[in-house]
Amino acid sequence: MREREDEWTGLMRLSMSGDSAAYHRLLKAITPVLRSAARRGLARAGQPTDQAEDIVQDILLAVHLKRHTWDASAPFAPWLFAIARNKLIDALRRRGRRIFVNIDDFSETLADQPAAETASASEVAAQLNTLPARQRDVLQSIAVESASIRDTATKFKMSEGAVRVALHRGLASLTAKLKEL
Amino acid sequence: MDTDQLIRTLAADNSHRARPVGFVLALALLAAAPVSLLMFFSELGVRPDVMTAMHNPFFDLKFGVTLALASAAITVALHLSRPEAALRGWVWLLMIPAGLLVAGISGEMMMPQRLPMMTRLVGSNSKVCMTAVPLMSMPLLAASLFGLRHGAPARPAVSGAIAGMMSAGLAATLYASHCTDDSPLFVATWYTIATALVTALGALIGAKVLRY
Repeated sequence: MREREDEWTGLMRLSMSGDSAAYHRLLKAITPVLRSAARRGLARAGQPTDQAEDIVQDILLAVHLKRHTWDASAPFAPWLFAIARNKLIDALRRRGRRIFVNIDDFSETLADQPAAETASASEVAAQLNTLPARQRDVLQSIAVESASIRDTATKFKMSEGAVRVALHRGLASLTAKLKEL
Repeated sequence: MDTDQLIRTLAADNSHRARPVGFVLALALLAAAPVSLLMFFSELGVRPDVMTAMHNPFFDLKFGVTLALASAAITVALHLSRPEAALRGWVWLLMIPAGLLVAGISGEMMMPQRLPMMTRLVGSNSKVCMTAVPLMSMPLLAASLFGLRHGAPARPAVSGAIAGMMSAGLAATLYASHCTDDSPLFVATWYTIATALVTALGALIGAKVLRY
């Protein structure tokens, strides 16, 4: 558990210095932990656990867009779990329940060996369609068709810089829309 | 979109670097400051006897109190803009302006006074103080909430309240140079009420706009 948290902190430091592969590995590593915590939280609130993936994606987006608030000299896990807890409480509140989220929901799951799986969620996908055309095209190209930034630029006759801007704006407006749900 | 696809997309956006919250907050406050300054100079202005007033330690204390409030609030607000941050251990910073006031009041008590205590407390500008400070705070409050939105505050209402203190502290600094009431009793009463109003408003708006 300790080891894993240290590994996360190391990966996050690499990510912040520009290592996208480390960032990808980090997000892959935290996702199963977030998923079982989200399931546990939903179950405890008496909610169907099939919405867990929406919460996981919500957390991942917040982690991404708020990563500049992480203090590189501090461990990564407490920061991550604070965001995850916030998003889980938010999600349950939106579903109209007064709930109590236990910190243990997150720390316990660290000990688990969660199944490596991926699941689809509906909220992000639904909001994707409401984005401006350019942002949607770029996001779809990179997310669904796994195209690189360069390929996406060529395909839409955009500069790579413009693709990066559209990608970031798209992610930011997706998150803003999810918050309004 | 499945989660693996989302992760790939986020990783592709890793090159995007956001500015630190403090930087965005500073820019926002700098942009809003001229509006408050304009309000101040068009409606109030610095008191005419400011050169003599500066020799009065109680005049100077007003700035000590308001600037201590503003800088403590900025420090605490930036600390609280991190998701895992707790208020505990930081609240005492906000006590500094209160401590300065208490020291000022006791200092004044020990001196011979021309005016009775209630007259000093009521002063002659309380209505202007209670209107001008909140009004001049508004552009700064909007700016500080905008700046703090860039962070990830765990408790939006608390962060909003502190944004209110920050903007009231800055607005009161301007106001202090206009007001001829220098008694710490006046400051402790009317400045505090004005600050409380802005703080409450900040908490109400913050609870809505500072969720991330």
